[in-house]
Amino acid sequence: MSQDNHILISDPTLRDGNHAVSHQLTAKQIALYCSAADRAGIPIVEVGHGNGLGASSLQVGLAAIDDFTMLTTARDNLKSSKLAVHVIPGFATIEKDIKPAIEYGVDVFRVAAHCTEADVTERHIHFCRNEGKTVFGVLMMTHMADRFLLAEEATKMQAYGAEAVILMDSAGNYLPSDVVEKVSHLVETLSIPVGFHAHNNLGMAIANSIAAVECGALILDGCARGFGAGAGNTQLEALIAVLERMKYSTGVDLYKTLDAGNLAERELMKVIPTISSTSIVSGLSGVFSGFLKPVNRISQEFGVNPRDVFFELGRRKVVAGQEDIIIEVAKSLKGSKYDE
Amino acid sequence: MKKFKVAILGTGNIGTDLLIKVQRSQYLECVAFVGRNTNSSGMAKAREMGITCSDKSIEFIKQNHKNIDLVFDATSAKDHLLHAPVFKDLGIIAIDLTPAKVGVMSVPAANLSDCLAADNINMITCGGQASIPLAYAIGQSQKNVEYIETVSIIASKSAGPATRRNLDEYIQTTEKGLIEFSGAKASKAIINLNPAIPCINMQTTVYAKVSNPNMDSLNTSVSEIVEKIKKYVPGYELIVPPLYENGRISIMVKVRGLGDYLPEYAGNLDIINCAAIAMAEEYAKNGLEV
Repeated sequence: MSQDNHILISDPTLRDGNHAVSHQLTAKQIALYCSAADRAGIPIVEVGHGNGLGASSLQVGLAAIDDFTMLTTARDNLKSSKLAVHVIPGFATIEKDIKPAIEYGVDVFRVAAHCTEADVTERHIHFCRNEGKTVFGVLMMTHMADRFLLAEEATKMQAYGAEAVILMDSAGNYLPSDVVEKVSHLVETLSIPVGFHAHNNLGMAIANSIAAVECGALILDGCARGFGAGAGNTQLEALIAVLERMKYSTGVDLYKTLDAGNLAERELMKVIPTISSTSIVSGLSGVFSGFLKPVNRISQEFGVNPRDVFFELGRRKVVAGQEDIIIEVAKSLKGSKYDE
Repeated sequence: MKKFKVAILGTGNIGTDLLIKVQRSQYLECVAFVGRNTNSSGMAKAREMGITCSDKSIEFIKQNHKNIDLVFDATSAKDHLLHAPVFKDLGIIAIDLTPAKVGVMSVPAANLSDCLAADNINMITCGGQASIPLAYAIGQSQKNVEYIETVSIIASKSAGPATRRNLDEYIQTTEKGLIEFSGAKASKAIINLNPAIPCINMQTTVYAKVSNPNMDSLNTSVSEIVEKIKKYVPGYELIVPPLYENGRISIMVKVRGLGDYLPEYAGNLDIINCAAIAMAEEYAKNGLEV
């Protein structure tokens, strides 16, 4: 298989999936899934709180176990797979979070920012590169910016030292035509590989991922059973199968990935991610998928319709990490009901 | 009345906004607006206002120290570390708007008069000025504050290059201030930039974990402190009063700026400047010279 046909698979089951269980994944679950992913030859396994390193908080949810336990457990159970973390400056700092993560044996740092704010990643990308680590830049909520702005921001990350840039459709809002427009432009503009991370709110995760590789993306994110925020991510087992059928190479063992999917279904999740009615509204309104659980909980507490909350959040163009606005929106929606 | 003579070091957004606030004060007058770049838009504004300007930075302060009672340092944390000993030697009071953490941390609504004994005052961070008074109210009204957390969302356009490069320092300094003023065992600070157009106002949430919270006493404490803050930050508004849900206390405020040099949405820059002015006026009122 030629080099051109190779797609690098990065698996954030144990990071994005943590959103689906309110960040309650346990050390045992992390150990089990890491072993299974390692056996399947998945090149990169991402682990952590849903919002990444140092993100356990009242704002976005307290994790069941700390970063140290998550990362050392994962490290002990990954032999050939590389261990990755998601790092959002503004949550995680170099001193408190990145330096310890390097000590725990993290190989790949995926340094993320909202899609228009890449310059906040400069110092973190620099630092991790200087420590000899692999660094990807990640642009989140990319449905909110056009291809020119995305290329500008991705170029900054490239200049800071990122070795690839991943576009995230954090809200599950893209259609394949959006993917083609944005990914092709980035592939043309950058000298480093481009990756794509999909969410399935509108049922487009696999289609969008394939659209991305068809126009030159070289990295794809996929999660076992799609275990991830909101309606979930691209389902890894299906993605590997489709890529095989299309003659792309991934180096990943299909049967063992199917086994890892079964294990994930049995051990990690209470319910398999589905496109719930609220998730569809979340995708349509372009709100970060990780808002699903808090929006449902807070809407119930205030007695308001979660769909109204999502559309209002979308109207306000909230970004990931703004979970506190949910309370305010629910409160104001309830207030306006009383006025009627 | 004789006004207190202040110099402003650093001619970026913060420095220039401070200048407009100083000139409005009945206790302060700006005797020098000092930076490195004569062509900056801040310098142009200052010249237009008839203020003495210089591009000689700290050297100008050294040469003219006899005519200066107090300096606002709006440069960078790195520069303030170099400036601080100079101010001390010259006997000039320093109000530091960088996250250098050299001096006594000041939150006017909580410890204004306690700061007067110090000759170097640190204004913590913008998010700190919005959240720490609430953390202080929690600390004053509750017995066991286990944990305090704050999240600030600011408009992308209000975050200049220095703010963006210094998110880690912002977090560390804010976390330290939260603990110092609330007595909590642990703290966390989070900052988020939002690019939405039209620009959003600064919004800050404080969360706390408290065993057996006394909400009546908390409501009283918070109302009192908000009234105190409004006296020096008119755009400070409580939008979600203390709420106990899901085992945590949440309080949310919005800060609209005065729109002096920076637009009104930049409440983050306004609040730290308003706090610095309140501090400087307190020195002036007390006629203190170090």
